[in-house]
Order: sequence, then structure tokens, then C-alpha cells
Amino acid sequence: MLSLFSDSFVLYALAAGLALALVAGPLGSVVVWRRMAYFGDTLAHAALLGVALAIAAEQLPMLGVGLIGIIIAVLLFLLEKQKSLSSDTLLGILSHTALALGLIVFASIQARGFNISLMAYLFGDLLAVTPRDLVLMFASVVVILAVFSRIMNALISISINEDLARVDGVAVETVRFVFMILLALVVAVALKVVGVLLITALLIIPAATARLYARSPKQMVLLSAIVASLAVVLGLLASLQWDWPTGPAIVVAAAGLFFVSRLLFARVVAGGG
Amino acid sequence: MNTSVAEKLEGHNSAGELLLQASAISYRRHGKNILDNISLDIREREIITLIGPNGAGKTSLVRILLGLARAGSGKITRHKKLRIGYVPQRIHIPDVMPLRVLDFLNVSGNYSEDECRQILAEVSCDYLLSAPMQTVSGGEMQRVLLARALLKQPQLLVLDEPASGMDVVGQQALYETLREIRDKKGCGILLVSHDLHLVMAATDRVICLNTHVCCTGRPDDVTANPEYLKLFGHAIDGLALYEHHHDHEHDLHGNIIASEHCIHCEHNEGRPDKDVDKRSDSTSPDRGGQ
Repeated sequence: MLSLFSDSFVLYALAAGLALALVAGPLGSVVVWRRMAYFGDTLAHAALLGVALAIAAEQLPMLGVGLIGIIIAVLLFLLEKQKSLSSDTLLGILSHTALALGLIVFASIQARGFNISLMAYLFGDLLAVTPRDLVLMFASVVVILAVFSRIMNALISISINEDLARVDGVAVETVRFVFMILLALVVAVALKVVGVLLITALLIIPAATARLYARSPKQMVLLSAIVASLAVVLGLLASLQWDWPTGPAIVVAAAGLFFVSRLLFARVVAGGG
Repeated sequence: MNTSVAEKLEGHNSAGELLLQASAISYRRHGKNILDNISLDIREREIITLIGPNGAGKTSLVRILLGLARAGSGKITRHKKLRIGYVPQRIHIPDVMPLRVLDFLNVSGNYSEDECRQILAEVSCDYLLSAPMQTVSGGEMQRVLLARALLKQPQLLVLDEPASGMDVVGQQALYETLREIRDKKGCGILLVSHDLHLVMAATDRVICLNTHVCCTGRPDDVTANPEYLKLFGHAIDGLALYEHHHDHEHDLHGNIIASEHCIHCEHNEGRPDKDVDKRSDSTSPDRGGQ
């Protein structure tokens, strides 16, 4: 089975998957703390619009997804300031508007004779990662991690209590906004790996698993990256072994790790009590 | 607001440096007056207790003083680079966040484990150092929040109803800790109290708030009230009674009417849950003369 990894497309896939794991795990921890799963979903739905626009403009889909994600983040940030609608209502509006627009643009592209498969973007196409994709992904990952490590303490602080953070001199609004932009970039990185429909899974599930083992917020951030990486490796192996679609295989592997951990902890708790 | 000016001048702590000054703060929300023309000074080593019925605007005022909310009008002047330690009423740590007391203390700074243990010892909670925050009880949480505020070596400590949900003995212990902190570190302390009658004995100035400043002054000496002493015994050591001296009353709608009996204050009726003053939604603006 290890001989599989001598194929270059498998190595590319592994590198791309690990690149995503390095950012999805840590940022996912914050998503879980701040209950931002719906924001992740909104970015994911909007990503389809980004893909469609990028294809129409003959650009890399990843660029389109990043750009649309940033626009969604800015819109949400501005709309949240109005305070007349709760943020989950706002997200519902943005999410489905973007999805509907995305489907319309997709249909019009297909009508113009482009032969594109929606499936590849919905569920990822990890085994089709090219060196050019990899360069763009790793560049994004470096930027995301650099910014994230700088604002991590502030993110932990505002996740605990925004008032306390503000009194301590944390620029709460700025930190929140920067984090939203980082998430938009993560979604762009995730496009090829798990596809738009499963992006949130890779943010949430490894973080939820890491929660069981971690004793401090920083431990959780580190462990999330490790758990996500493990899920990528296991998912890729399963995909190659049984010919599963790679994106869903990675998500299933992440879920498997979560449920196994839960069972282990349930036994520890039962045994200890 | 003549009284508050007089207070400023005669306050025996006026030697301490001015930390924070609020002048003529007004604040409206949803068309309702929350705060009206509030002025107050906080100085080093001074302990101020803010009291008032529910809905009096205590929390709004504290949020404005802390810079968490913006006043509609008026001015806040802070001492240069004022370090404020804030102790909120309660905080909720999501279960999904692994957070020990040690991590919580370290969130906004980089303190060694020894420093953290030491500061917890100051609030008699050093045994909590590596306990998960989710397991800390309400009373302990107040002390952990206090420890976190103290780590910054604040010049001003702001505590929002720290004694709520505590029995008199617990309150007394907390107040004793606060007094020690003031004596040792010389910081100013602003305390919001939910209790209209029992305030911390070390309080230099009580401000009774009900949208506007109803009255302000030093808490009365406890010994003058043998009845309360009999009632609470030594538990009252850290507490004092504050007697309200309003020069006005509120009618059923919260409007201010001149009082015939200066001493009388309707807040004193001992029915805080039915307090008519809460319904001050139709407060009329014609109160300048008071």
C-alpha cells in the first residue's frame, strides 16, 4: 500500500491535504469556541459563487473562492454593526443569496458551452491537485498561520469574554474581522481538498475531537492540527484502498476519530467513577 | 448636581490622584433615559460604592466608565494610560473550551505559574490554580476574576455586583479582601452593589443612582445602628448602613417631585422587587432644578 505514495499525484494530494489540516484544525478550534459553524457554512455556500465567477473569468477557482469569501466577511461585519438583525439571520440571508447566485452563474456558464462538473467543486478533487495549486495553497497556509499565531491570544481572550478582552485593551472588532478573513482563506484552501459542502466538517470535527484531550486552549489548537492531519492521512488511504471519493473519505476519517475518542473517554469516565 | 461638586471638594481622599472623571454623562437607549447628567470623580485609594434599584442605570454607567459603551453626551477623562481591572458580574466559559484557572489568568498577559499562584493566594484561592474554569463555583469565580484583574496591577478596580448571590458572611470576606487590596496597592475601587442598605464599611463615598444621582455621601457608622448589629452579629463587621438623604422623591412614573421630608426616601421601603422607581419610562425632562 505504501507504494501508492510513490505516485506523484498521491504525494500532491497528501501535501494538499496536510496543508489544509494545518490551518483547518487550529482555526476550527476558534470556530468551535465562538460558535461560528454557521459562518463557515455561509462561506462554503458562497464559495460556489466564487468558483462559478472564477470559471467565467477564466481564473483559478481558488482565487474566486478567496475573493468571494472576503466579500462575505466584509458584508457580514458591516451588517452586524446595524444590530437590527441577529447574526444567524444575517448569515442565512447571505448564505442562501450567494448559493442561489452561484447556481445561476453556473447554469449560465454551462449554457455558454463550458463543460464543468459541479461535483468536483462540491466534494473536492484532491487527486487532481496540480503543483500550481500546491504553491498557492502553501502560500495561503503560511500567511494564515503567520497572522493566526499573532492574534491567537486575542482570539482566546474574546472567546472567553469580549468585555473583559476590551477592557484589557484587545481591539475586539479588528480581531474578529481579521479572523473572518482568515476563515475565508481557509475555505479557499479547502476547495480542492474536501469541496465546498464538507469544508465546515474539517473545521469542526478535528477541533471537537481535540477538545477531549486538551487541557488548555493552546493545547486544543495544536491537537486540532494533529487530529486533522491524521484524518487527512487516514482518509486518503481509505480513498486509495477502496476507491472512495477523497473529500468524503477524509471527513469520514475525522468523524471516526471523533467517535472513537468519545467512546474511549466515556470508558475512562465510567471506569474512574 | 450641586451636591456632587461639594462632595468632590470635601472628599477626604482628594489628596489621591484623579484617576477618572465623568462629567455630565447622559445616555439614552430605545428612546428611554438611562442616565441623566451624571458626574463623578474617582481617585486613588478611594472606594466608591454605586447603589440603586434595578434599572437605575448602574450597569450602563459602569460600561460607559470602562469604555465599553459610548455616552450620548458628556465627557469621560481618564488618567494617562489608566490600568483598569474589571470584575464583571459573571462570565460564562463555554464547555467546549478547555480552560484552567491558570490559563484564564494568563489570557491577556504572560505571567509565570508562580505569579499566578501568588495572586490566587491573595484572594485565598490558590488551590484552584489548575482547576478547569467550568468547575469553579460562583463565589470562587468572583475571586478568580478579581485575581485576574489584580495581575495587571490596576490603578482602578471596577467590580460589578461582586457580592450578588453571596450571603452576608461571604460578602464580608470579599469586602475584607477588597479593603486589604486598597490598603496594600493604593488603587481606587468602584463597586456596584445590588443592596440599597448594606454597603462595604470601607466605602468612602456612596452614590445612589436612579437615572440621575439621587444622593451621595459617606456611609453611616454601623455602631449607630444597634438593631442591625443585633441582627447580624459580627458578620456585619465589613458592612455599613447607608442612609439615603434625597432632596426629592419620585412619583409613580419616576418623575421627580420635591420632598417634604429630606430624610425620607422611597427606596427605603424595602420592596425592591416592587419598587415603583423602576418604571421610570415616562421620566419627564423637567428636572433641571433638582
